[in-house]
Amino acid sequence: MGPATLSQVLRHLPPINDPRLLVGPETSDDAAVYKIDDNTALIHTVDFFTPVVDDPYLFGQIAAANSLSDVYAMGGKPFLALNIVCFPNCLSPDILAEILRGGAEKVAEAGAIVAGGHTVQDDEPKYGLAVTGLVHPDKVISNAGAVPGDMLVLTKPLGTGIVNTAIKGDLAPEESVKAAVNAMSSLNRGASEAMINAGARACTDITGFGLVGHAVEMARGSGVTITLRTKSIPLLPGVKELAAMGLIPAGAYANRDYFGTMAHFANEDTPPEIRAILYDPQTSGGLLIAIDKSKLDSLMEEMERMGVAAAVVGTVRQKEAAAVEII
Amino acid sequence: MKELDCRGLACPQPVITTKKALDTMVSDTLITIVDNETARENVSLFARNAGCGVSVEQKGADFYITITKGEETPGVKETVPEVKPAAAGENAGTVYFISSNVLGQGSPDLGMTLMKSLMNTLSETDPLPGTLIFLNSGVYLTCEGSVVLEKLLMMGSRGVKILSCGTCLEYYKLKEKLQVGIISNMYDINNILTGPGKVITVA
Repeated sequence: MGPATLSQVLRHLPPINDPRLLVGPETSDDAAVYKIDDNTALIHTVDFFTPVVDDPYLFGQIAAANSLSDVYAMGGKPFLALNIVCFPNCLSPDILAEILRGGAEKVAEAGAIVAGGHTVQDDEPKYGLAVTGLVHPDKVISNAGAVPGDMLVLTKPLGTGIVNTAIKGDLAPEESVKAAVNAMSSLNRGASEAMINAGARACTDITGFGLVGHAVEMARGSGVTITLRTKSIPLLPGVKELAAMGLIPAGAYANRDYFGTMAHFANEDTPPEIRAILYDPQTSGGLLIAIDKSKLDSLMEEMERMGVAAAVVGTVRQKEAAAVEII
Repeated sequence: MKELDCRGLACPQPVITTKKALDTMVSDTLITIVDNETARENVSLFARNAGCGVSVEQKGADFYITITKGEETPGVKETVPEVKPAAAGENAGTVYFISSNVLGQGSPDLGMTLMKSLMNTLSETDPLPGTLIFLNSGVYLTCEGSVVLEKLLMMGSRGVKILSCGTCLEYYKLKEKLQVGIISNMYDINNILTGPGKVITVA
C-alpha cells in the first residue's frame, strides 16, 4: 500500500499508552519492541508479498530474508518464525513446498526456527513470515536516534524494484537479475552484527518506501535533516539504463508524490530516472545506519570482516525545512 | 499516424508495447493511450530518453501521449502536472477550502489570530479533516514563514491531504517556498470540491 493511503488508514486507530511498548507505530519504525523485563525485550514483525522471481525456492529465500530484516534493523536476534502463505489451488503443491524450503533454509541460516504457520487459499501466491526476535531493552536501535554530525552507511545496492519490473517485461539483463537476486536473498545479519559491534546510533532497513522515504522517516523520527550524496549510493548493475527506459514500478511514483514534499533535490536538473531509483521500493533492501563520525572507521572494518559491501552515502545535520536533502 | 491503446495494461506492458512499435518505425508519430499515472510517466520517460519528442494530453481519465520519432524536444513540458492528488472519491473526511491567509473580513491581525486558532482546532479534531485546499493568498499558509506551518506539517504527517493551488503559488512567487503538501491544479481541486466529501469554505 502507498505511504499516503497507509497513513490515511492508520490515523483512525486508537493511540496506545503502554509503557512496556518501547517501539510502537508512531515512529514508523520497522518492528514493534515490547519490554518483558529489564534484560529482555521482544521484537515482533510481519511481512509478506507476491513473488518477485519465478524460481519458488529463491522466492522463499528472498521473502524470509526480507521478513527477518526488520529484527536485524532494530539491533535484535531472530529466534522464532511462523509462515504466512496464500496459495492457489491451480498450482502444484510442489511449488509451495519449494517456497517453504527456501524460507526455512534462510531462517535456519539466521539461527532461528520456523515453528508453524497459516495458509489461505488465494488466486495469487503470497509468502512471508511473522518473526520474533530478542534484544536487550537498552540496546534497541530505532530509526529515531540519529544526531547531527553522524555519518550514514547503506549496506545493499539500490534498484530491486526497477529490476523486478524489468524482469516482468523480460527486459532485464542477466547480470542485473543475478545481482538483484543475490542482494534480495542476503540476510542483513552481518550488517546488523557489524553495527551493534561498532555502536550505531540509529538504523532502518530500506524496503517499500525506498531510500528517500526511509531516510525521511529516520530524519523525522530523529528530529534532524539527512543529506544523501547521489554519487556515493551503490546501485545494482544496469539499473540506470532500465530506469531510463521507463521500467519504474508504480510504488516509486507513489513514494515520490508522498515523500517528495519532505525531500529536496539540490540539483533541480536531476534526471527523472535517478530520482526514480532513489524512490524505488526495495524488496529485502539493506540497512541504513547512522553512526558517530569517530566510529565510522570501525564500522566499515566490521562490515568488511562480515563480508558486507557497505558504502557511506550521506550525513546527518541540524534540522532544516526539508527532512532529506539530496545532493 | 499510429495509435496504441494500452489502457488496462499493467506496468511495464505499456512501455514494452510502445518500445516495440517505435523499434519498427523510421520517422513518424505514434500515440500511446494509457489510463494511469505510472504508465503516463514511464512511457513519457522512455520515449524522451529514446530521443523522441513527447507531448501529453489528458482526456477524461486517459492520457494521450504523442511521440514523435526523430524529433527531440528537450525541455518541453507536459500539459499535465507532475504531482497529482488522488481522485476525489478516494478521499475520506471533510474538505476545507481556504482561500485567504487570514480568517474573516476586518483587522488583518485579528484575521491571522483567528486562522491560527482554526488550524490549532483542526489539528486536534477527531477525526482529522480529510483535505485542506489552499487557494489565492491562502497559499501563504503552506509556505516558508507561515505561522501555522507546524500544525500543517503535523496534520500532513497524519494523513491529511494538503493541496496548494499552483497558479496561486506562481502568482505570489512562492513555488520554491512551499513547505508542506503538494501543488495542485483547478481540475483536481474541482474534482475534490464536487466529490463526496463535505466542503467547508474558509475565507
